[in-house]
Amino acid sequence: MKFSEKIIVTLLKFAASITILTTIGIIMVLLFETINFFKEVSFWEFITDKEWTPLFAQKHFGILPLVTGTLLTTFIAIAVALPIGLTIAIYLNMYAPKGFRKTFKPLLEVLAAVPTVVYGFFALSVVTPFLQSIYPDLAGFNALSAGIVMGIMIIPFVSSLSEDALYAVPKTLKEASFGMGSTRFQTSFKVMVPAASSGIIVSIILAISRAIGETMIVAIAAGQQPRFGFDPTVPIETITAYIVQVSMGDVPHGSLEYRTIFAAGITLFAFTFVLNSVSFWIKKRYQEKYD
Amino acid sequence: MTNAQKNRIIDKSFQVFGIVCTFFGLAILAILIYNIVIEGAARIDWDFMKNLPSRRPQKAGIFTAVMGTIWVLVLTTLISFPIAVGAGIYLEEYAKKTKLASLLEINIANLAGVPSIIYGLLGLEIFVRIFGLGGSVLAGSLTLSLLILPIIIVATREALKAVPSSIKDASMAMGASKWQTIWNQTLPASIGGVLTGVILAISRAIGETAPLIVVGALAYVPFAPSSPMDEFTVMPIQIFNWVSRPQHGFSVNAAAAIIVLLLITFIMNGIAVYFRNKWQKKIKW
Repeated sequence: MKFSEKIIVTLLKFAASITILTTIGIIMVLLFETINFFKEVSFWEFITDKEWTPLFAQKHFGILPLVTGTLLTTFIAIAVALPIGLTIAIYLNMYAPKGFRKTFKPLLEVLAAVPTVVYGFFALSVVTPFLQSIYPDLAGFNALSAGIVMGIMIIPFVSSLSEDALYAVPKTLKEASFGMGSTRFQTSFKVMVPAASSGIIVSIILAISRAIGETMIVAIAAGQQPRFGFDPTVPIETITAYIVQVSMGDVPHGSLEYRTIFAAGITLFAFTFVLNSVSFWIKKRYQEKYD
Repeated sequence: MTNAQKNRIIDKSFQVFGIVCTFFGLAILAILIYNIVIEGAARIDWDFMKNLPSRRPQKAGIFTAVMGTIWVLVLTTLISFPIAVGAGIYLEEYAKKTKLASLLEINIANLAGVPSIIYGLLGLEIFVRIFGLGGSVLAGSLTLSLLILPIIIVATREALKAVPSSIKDASMAMGASKWQTIWNQTLPASIGGVLTGVILAISRAIGETAPLIVVGALAYVPFAPSSPMDEFTVMPIQIFNWVSRPQHGFSVNAAAAIIVLLLITFIMNGIAVYFRNKWQKKIKW
């Protein structure tokens, strides 16, 4: 190889290694600031205290209220996105005419291209007033409205990825089922969904991971009141919304308040890391089952 | 009723339910756009585009936010494009099936799943504090660049993969070196796919709010940035700021700014789809 080409390959290798540096950077930064955080706050308090009030005079550093807030909005979002997304995937794959699928799959993906701050505005100014007209006791900021809108945003994650998984199931399975006299509904749920289950599970996990990390919708529409519990009608705060709340203010570098956002961040990172790893493992493990 | 009839009814009902679900998503999208246009369209005029932020909603405009978005857009593209395409070429053409390649692949898949706000924390510590860039356009652009790297790398690899090996073999047989083959044959043949990925990634970056807030982009910036080291705001942060205020006038402003932001996003996605179709049609192996 010529010398100049060796330089080029070295540069390309360096470009690729930046992705590794990013991962190392994320872990180092989160760990470093979190270790400093735990020099002042006990780990036990962090994981058991049911109050999170680092910005008040009476400080409590229990992460649980932020975790329940995050889990609550995520659960609502998945409760919306999973049935609708999976139904769409099955409909597009088993029922819809070919042209319909080709048009509507990308059209639905527009839902995921809309900036999340727009969904936040939508949740606050349209969905919350609408829900209040049904249930007047609903607070102006609440987990329900934010969760529902988040669920609508992640519909295409479930529908497109699940449809890809259904599409990859060999035609012979489908035809054998039809040949036995099954309806499309029976074929869908007794043959296709079980055969594509690993891909469908991966799509659901990715959707959950996306919902946990979603920030602007909850920061705008769910409130800024850390609250331990699972009441969807009152203001709550998620991990991500807390990080935004602190970042909007003027918190000096190196203060304990500054470090709380990294402690919150590492909690968030741990959740999504586990979910992403599980989905990656499932993908690798079951990838070539039918080949 | 026989079993067969019952099954047919279930089958038909599910078909109807499927259509309802498909159109439910699209109906929500339509309601969203309708509401925003009703609320904000009348507010958009030339003054709104060129006015600076103000405490009075009628006088406030999005000029600094638009300029900030353009600055971030240009810098992010300049930083991420060469790195991501270089990494994609390395992974697809040089490092295939080595241990390093599979490690990089797992790593990139994982990075794509990291919440964007975590990138904000990374940028805050590394670029803002350690590099001493402060809450500048450059710090924000570097952060967003890291965020969209995985997207462009994956798109680049897909595009390179689609080039048939006969093209590469022919080039090698004519005596071209590996890099000459990549530079003169593989890359030009796959540029459509690469550009599609870049545009989609950039359009994602335009809508990103959280990482830039964490990095220290300000809600109120009186002037448009004039260098990479200036402080800045971007359109989504301006919208977030207006949404959080109680006066109705600001909510109208937010809706108007959202119209502009959505237009930019949809146009970029449209261009990406156009590119993809054009290149897919043009090149038939």
